Amino acid sequence: MARVLHNLIAWGLLVLLASLLMAPAAVMAGVNKPVLERGKGERCVEDTEFMRRNHMALLKHHRDDTMRRGIRTTKHSLKGCVDCHASSKTGSVAASKEDFCMACHVYTGVKLDCWDCHATKPMKQYRPAATPRVTPLMVQQQGGQQP
Amino acid sequence: MNEQNLKPDSSDRRAFLKAGAVATGTALAPGVLLFGVAQARAPGEPASDKVRWGMIIDTTKCASGCSDCVTACNTENGLSGATGPQDSQWIRKLNIRHLKSGVETSLPMLCQHCEHPPCVDVCPTGASMKRADGIVLVDRHTCIGCRYCMMACPYKARSFVHEPLTDQNPEVPRGKGCVESCTFCVQKVDRGENTTACVEACNAAGHKAMLFGDLNDPQSEIAQTMKTYATTEVRADLRLNTGVRYQGI
Amino acid sequence: MPSQEFCLSPRECKPGQFWSLLAVGGLVMLGTLAAFFYLEHHGHVMTGMNNQIVWGLPHVFAVFLIVAASGVLNVASIGSVFGKKMYKARAPLSGLLAIAMLAGGLAVLVLDLGRPDRLIVAMTHYNFKSIFALNMIFYNGFFAIVGLYLLTLMDRRLNHWSKPVGLLAFLWRLALTTATGSIFGFLVARAGYNSALYAPMFIIYSFAYGLAVFILVQSVMYKWNNIQVDERILSRLKNLLAIFIAACLYFTAVLHLTNMYFAKQWEFERFILLDGGIYPLLFWGGQVFLGGILPLVMIFSRAGKSPATVFFAALLVVLGGHFQMYVTIIGGQAFPLDLFPGYAESSSFFDGVVHGYTPTIWEFLLGIGGIATAFLITTAAVRVLKFMPQDDFKDIELEAH
Repeated sequence: MARVLHNLIAWGLLVLLASLLMAPAAVMAGVNKPVLERGKGERCVEDTEFMRRNHMALLKHHRDDTMRRGIRTTKHSLKGCVDCHASSKTGSVAASKEDFCMACHVYTGVKLDCWDCHATKPMKQYRPAATPRVTPLMVQQQGGQQP
Repeated sequence: MNEQNLKPDSSDRRAFLKAGAVATGTALAPGVLLFGVAQARAPGEPASDKVRWGMIIDTTKCASGCSDCVTACNTENGLSGATGPQDSQWIRKLNIRHLKSGVETSLPMLCQHCEHPPCVDVCPTGASMKRADGIVLVDRHTCIGCRYCMMACPYKARSFVHEPLTDQNPEVPRGKGCVESCTFCVQKVDRGENTTACVEACNAAGHKAMLFGDLNDPQSEIAQTMKTYATTEVRADLRLNTGVRYQGI
Repeated sequence: MPSQEFCLSPRECKPGQFWSLLAVGGLVMLGTLAAFFYLEHHGHVMTGMNNQIVWGLPHVFAVFLIVAASGVLNVASIGSVFGKKMYKARAPLSGLLAIAMLAGGLAVLVLDLGRPDRLIVAMTHYNFKSIFALNMIFYNGFFAIVGLYLLTLMDRRLNHWSKPVGLLAFLWRLALTTATGSIFGFLVARAGYNSALYAPMFIIYSFAYGLAVFILVQSVMYKWNNIQVDERILSRLKNLLAIFIAACLYFTAVLHLTNMYFAKQWEFERFILLDGGIYPLLFWGGQVFLGGILPLVMIFSRAGKSPATVFFAALLVVLGGHFQMYVTIIGGQAFPLDLFPGYAESSSFFDGVVHGYTPTIWEFLLGIGGIATAFLITTAAVRVLKFMPQDDFKDIELEAH
């Protein structure tokens, strides 16, 4: 009985180890590799191979330049990425799992928090909320009284 | 607060400014031109500390009951316009009544873009920041949502985003868990439009109560107004040297 | 190792009770984590906090724990720095509670952040002008120094280091509480804060809250192990507590009396002391009476010598401390900012009106998670290491004379 258990554990571990080794192999072999929709225009602002590895560094650098110094060049801006790479189906870079950003980020399991704040659709698709409610001018009593 | 008799007569003021503009335009054309170039900076050029953006609000022209500036701000920046206790308001109409005289005044209240902003002082991560050109902003990339800046702001100018947002304006990123406030429409300023949505709306409504410009440019309308009329800072006792100033109170 | 060695007491082993304690603490923690993930998903819209009351119930619990954490270390300081043997026997427990409660308080603060996922940002980006950023350094340093201090106390070879390290810990905790009080003291814009008194006042509060917590924990540990606390020890602890309570009342009185001297503060004082709805009630009934006067009367009453009376007096001080934090933190924000002195103000953004606050269950669950964290750390540590105060009665005899 103990021996059977022992064997079972040993085999289980072996299978686990093998699958662990296989996983990166599968990635390297390009199994289930995400298929990306081609962006608009002739070519990307940098080589595709370079962008694949360094887009995050470019974006971070540009983000600080724009945010803190007011530099508004478009070459490495996130808005630029969205303009070219928004999906023809969803109009967005992150609305579905096939969209440009999500396709790779789901595949590699890297969480993105850009889209908590940034729009995932190009500017030309942006419609301001139809009619923002007009602020009422009367005082709202919030369960309080004049002090 | 200034006394009522310091209120300028608006028609006089405009006439004076027109005259001033013509005079400076002819006499100092090269200087004006130079400055014009500096203001419309290239996209690759950082904001300069030679500029200080500011606003003058003439409360004598601000119409009680009008909230066009608020609506324009909401549209430009993608705010819902809801006014519950948890909703963001970057600019609001404030009605004040003098307790002794009973005189009522209406004015827009927004981030005052202080030279010494308490929100920037207290921010633990440096997310609250003042740009070289005096615009006070929140860097949402480093804001952790502690809300200490909201405790520190004397003007109640800041809001916290209480729920997840979608379909933001691509030029105005906003999101759950960060603090936000008026940006002086930094996206418009950086495009070289040098105006804000609220000011445009106020002008469009014909009130012309709000004036935006570079306080450091002696030729600008705002600097001329500052030189000619008494303006006050809200909570001047704190000596924050605000970028937004009020006339007529 | 034989399991008998892991016991609450050397005399009697009750592993079942240990696990049930862990289960109780764990259950509360589970509620806290549920609340955290719920709020992380939906946002703070599910809390009672809003753009007027930006810090709510979680901060009441968190700031109490942080203030009490620095105060509970006093027991150790009196032992190590001022050389009192009776307190020295309590130094390890005091240091442990300090670490546990600080961890609990900070956990709540972190769980309440709008972006708790960016904790790493808070640890890597510092604005040194911010008292908050300085606090992060003080808190982290506190863990390190008190940890080291515990090591010098518990490792015989390092014992001779306990005095200098204890002194450092003492000075560090004074700086830490100064900085914690200054979080409020530096808020120039708000009538309820903006006073240099906050720093020393928080130090005095911390003395009382910390000692009260220590008395509570020690009483429970003694009770569970059927140990009778020595009357002389109890009497000294309760007298010290009484002095601290009186000092708290004194500082509270000075704060409000100075405020009443400044005409611009009258309206706020009227609000917090007289007609501000729930806040005067919590101030007079909770902070002053339940947390101050009643425990003082109990300690000096005829029954004051019984361990039960001292226990309940300490419990009241802890309760009163929570009332105090509620009045300070939420009452201070409920009073509207005065943008235009001499004017009545109104707007869609609740200018000129008292700000309402109704906490929800979620923020309460977040808040008590701090207590649960401190409780779990203490329970586990007390079980595996010797934190139980061991008195040498000869020393107490000597010190009594």
